[in-house]
Amino acid sequence: MCLAVPARVVELVDETNQIAKVDIGGVRRNISVALLEDVKVGDWVLVHVGFAIQKIDEEEAEQTLALLRQLGEGEGEEFATMLESSDGEEKSAPS
Amino acid sequence: MRFIDEFRDSELAKVVVREIERLSQGRRFRIMEICGGHTHTIYRYGLHDVLPTNIELVHGPGCPVCVLPMGKIDDAISIAKHEGVILATFGDMMRVPGSEGSLIDAQAEGADIRMVYSPLDALKLAQQNPDRKVVFFAIGFETTAPSTAVTLLQAKKLGIKNFFVFCNHVLVVPAIKALLDAPETQLDGFIGPGHVTTVIGSRAWEFIPRDYGKGMVVSGFEPLDMLQAIYLLVKQLIEGKPRVDVQYTRAVRPEGNLKAKEVMERVFELRETFEWRGLGWIERSAFKLRPEFAEFDAELHFEIPNRQVSDPKVCQCGAVLRGAILPWECKVFGTACTPEHPIGACMVSSEGACAAVYQYGRFSRKVRELLHR
Repeated sequence: MCLAVPARVVELVDETNQIAKVDIGGVRRNISVALLEDVKVGDWVLVHVGFAIQKIDEEEAEQTLALLRQLGEGEGEEFATMLESSDGEEKSAPS
Repeated sequence: MRFIDEFRDSELAKVVVREIERLSQGRRFRIMEICGGHTHTIYRYGLHDVLPTNIELVHGPGCPVCVLPMGKIDDAISIAKHEGVILATFGDMMRVPGSEGSLIDAQAEGADIRMVYSPLDALKLAQQNPDRKVVFFAIGFETTAPSTAVTLLQAKKLGIKNFFVFCNHVLVVPAIKALLDAPETQLDGFIGPGHVTTVIGSRAWEFIPRDYGKGMVVSGFEPLDMLQAIYLLVKQLIEGKPRVDVQYTRAVRPEGNLKAKEVMERVFELRETFEWRGLGWIERSAFKLRPEFAEFDAELHFEIPNRQVSDPKVCQCGAVLRGAILPWECKVFGTACTPEHPIGACMVSSEGACAAVYQYGRFSRKVRELLHR
């Protein structure tokens, strides 16, 4: 029920009734943007039952991904240190 | 698709899983994902299979279709059978069993029941059928309630006289409080419902660490989102500082969606109490229409049986919704109760935990081991 999908606003169709056309992975449809303040063409929004319920912050999305990648790097470094400090036996272990 | 594909990177997922493994070593964590959408992500992407066994995921009550007691389906069917009525509802509701069949059964018997994607589509139906009474069977949590509210404001503005709402919107926060107050609940923390929280805001969850000493991380719905949320939750629990963290920062703000909260406030008021499947009666846990919207209130316009119907004895949906048992521990799971012939709502809804396990999880290593133990 609480499923919501990311969509990009491509056109403000009817400003009085707050209807916008969005692109959802190539599919275009009209949705209501009555629940959001000043929606602009190009904005990313989350669409749920035909309504945009929140804007998607692109910068925040990038930061989340950056944090995830950092997790990986941290592990990589740790892994490298572990390998350096070990003798040959463990080196062949990771697959 | 943007904001989806990048959060499904399996190589990165492996790294996060290894980090969770390393961090959680030597301790057990019992974590509840509140939202049924999260339950589906877990089984669809096999997260339960790759996570270490000391991370136990318990499924929560976050499936609005599942928590609605059977009597409400009976009520909706009785409305649909009134002369000249078109009952409109979300597809998820159609196959949920009532005490004498589902909405689909009622449709087969001649009731005019239509599936809609949006409450606005139900309003459109009313405009297209001025000689009929169109009743929208409204269900859903705080994610969905604002859309019903906007639709009602629109109906009022347009002066539409043949549109009604049978309001069954329920609220997640009181349900989680009720769950935490139950003595059987033993949890270390929660994965918070991302989309509900886009509306109510992450501050709404502050009571969890403050009053109950548990942690929460509000999460997005892709596999990497959830793994990162589990990582962050384990981290705060190990630090011994339970708090509300947000992983889904691209959509969740501390204050939520103020406009959505404002329209809900204008259109709805709290019911004194409401019955939830599995959780019983919970005070101030559901919305009804304000007196200013009485002209649209299906409960005032139609005679509704309003009977309390208990679930069939064999059905353990209630225990599944409280996280007391896992879906496959139910006696009828996958045998008498299947998505084709459901006994309980958890097997029907696209968010139900039983449906998730049946669809994706049955052949997983852990489920098999448990079943043949």
